[in-house]
Amino acid sequence: MANVTIRNLNKNYENGFHAVKDVNLEIRDKEFMVLVGPSGCGKTTTLRMVAGLEEITSGEILIGADVVNDLPPMDRNIAMVFQNYALYPHKSVYQNMAFGLQMRKYPKDEIEKRVREAAEILGIESLLERKPRQLSGGQRQRVAVGRAIVRHPQVFLFDEPLSNLDAMLRVQMRVELKRLHERLETTAIYVTHDQVEAMTLGDRVVVMKDGWVQQVGEPLELYGKPLNRFVAGFIGSPAMNFVGVAISDPSGVLWAEAEGLRLKVPQQLVERVRPHTGKRATLGMRPEALHPVTGADPAEYCFDTTVDVVEPLGNEILVNFRAGGAPMVARVDPAVRVKAHQAIRLALDPERVHFFDENSGAAI
Amino acid sequence: MLIERKWKKWIFFYIPMAVFILFTLFPFYWMAVTAVRPDPELYRTWRQASATPFWTLEPTLEHFRGLLQTTAFPHWLWNTMLIALVSTVISLICGMFAGYALARLKFRGSEFLGTAIFVTYLVPQTLLFIPLADIIRDLHLGNTPWALMLTYPTFLIPFCTWLLMGYFKTIPKELEECARIDGATRFGAMVRIIFPVAIPGILSAGIFAFTLSWNEFIYALIFMSSAELKTVPVGVVSELIRGDIFFWGQLMAGALLGSIPVALVYSFFVEYYVTGLTGSVKG
Repeated sequence: MANVTIRNLNKNYENGFHAVKDVNLEIRDKEFMVLVGPSGCGKTTTLRMVAGLEEITSGEILIGADVVNDLPPMDRNIAMVFQNYALYPHKSVYQNMAFGLQMRKYPKDEIEKRVREAAEILGIESLLERKPRQLSGGQRQRVAVGRAIVRHPQVFLFDEPLSNLDAMLRVQMRVELKRLHERLETTAIYVTHDQVEAMTLGDRVVVMKDGWVQQVGEPLELYGKPLNRFVAGFIGSPAMNFVGVAISDPSGVLWAEAEGLRLKVPQQLVERVRPHTGKRATLGMRPEALHPVTGADPAEYCFDTTVDVVEPLGNEILVNFRAGGAPMVARVDPAVRVKAHQAIRLALDPERVHFFDENSGAAI
Repeated sequence: MLIERKWKKWIFFYIPMAVFILFTLFPFYWMAVTAVRPDPELYRTWRQASATPFWTLEPTLEHFRGLLQTTAFPHWLWNTMLIALVSTVISLICGMFAGYALARLKFRGSEFLGTAIFVTYLVPQTLLFIPLADIIRDLHLGNTPWALMLTYPTFLIPFCTWLLMGYFKTIPKELEECARIDGATRFGAMVRIIFPVAIPGILSAGIFAFTLSWNEFIYALIFMSSAELKTVPVGVVSELIRGDIFFWGQLMAGALLGSIPVALVYSFFVEYYVTGLTGSVKG
């Protein structure tokens, strides 16, 4: 059991690529921390530096109270699950799981006990004598997790462990991992490019891009209060709609205007948006913050548009349209009847409006 | 449709295959027939009415007896075996470590080193034996098995290194990363995880190296002079062709016996051998 502290962490590759830039993170004891971001954002590199598989250019990593910068992977008391599972193909499932304990010279009966215990937790008791090539993808995944948990490490590291599974199995394993973490109560760092995985698994989530940490927070915090346009667009599916608007103040009331779109700046944002009067900004609206107009919606949050494409998903309908010159999606109730090319009047929930600085992308 | 396809299969598959098999196996058949053909049949002309060039009606083991009793053939066989084994083992050990280093470790000049090793493999033996002869003489190794055990690796190590480097590259690097997290050192991960996983590749390299040294001719011809110490390829040629007389029966008997060990080695490991060359490791 331990917390992991990352201070001013940097990674420069020999070819000059600066993969990780000044990362500072405090991962609390027993916390499930997810690093998420597009490929090449430095999340895997950060994880590999914690594991000791990648050299640290500058900065410090602490596991518990100890700086581990110069410790080899074997001395960091961590366990890692790899994307391709990395099971030893010449060893049986049992031997795969026992290897780490054998290397640490545990007595035989202790090894046996721990492997049986882990196999039971993961439901793979019947597979112990098999070789990895005789297992299905999901079973291999379980063995890889089992190999990590028999060691009772201080920290679990997961490097996109579910990416090689098919969609159904991924959802199932996601739940199992969450349950497992609750049971084992061990600090975990989990890397993924899938924001749904990040949101469902993480106690807290770190969003990264181009080597920089964009935002750290609990899933709903990231969703509700994104610090910048990148986080706003990355978290949530379908992604947040963005449209460039001009902020104007013709009569003491702030308006956000784009071609064919004129929306009042909601009360809670007026103070923060006012300094941008006369300038351009980016307006962000989540698809679920848009709905067809009902009688109760105030007119200053409504606009007219034409439906482009309709995606009926069953539990909801995704309505694609253009507004203010940008393509947008609204997520509406399946009871609403909409057809392609039909005119529609939509209303925006004023509580869920975001503004971002046109240049820096920072939330206003 | 179906008939046409059958016809095509004969033209493009069965017939070329049959020709190919005939072409490859005929020399072996000829060797075997000649080895058991009695002398009077061997030295009569083809034009004679009773000639049966492709088979014999009176097979004999006389040539084998002659070979084993009148020549030092058993010694040659033993020498060849010993020299091939020792040089293969030396080359494999060096090749495994060198191949691993070139495939996995990033160090300055690793690519240049890899290419340089390959280039040494391309230097023809017919050139290399001249400086090597000098070295062998200076070290007083001439006419001892060590002369060959130490010179064969000059072409076997580059060969093994390259074959194994290619194989190691197909092994996912996560395997050893995982082993290192599991508590193995880099060296331990190599010995406990990478080498066992690479067994098909190592066996292929070994078989190839063994065959190459078994069949080697020019170094064996130059560095060994006493009849007792010769290897099979050199011994058979130098002792069984006296002046302009070819002892065809014994020559072929020697060739036949000499190729049996190699054939055995191949057939034992053929499965590994194929996966070793195609090189596929899945986790």
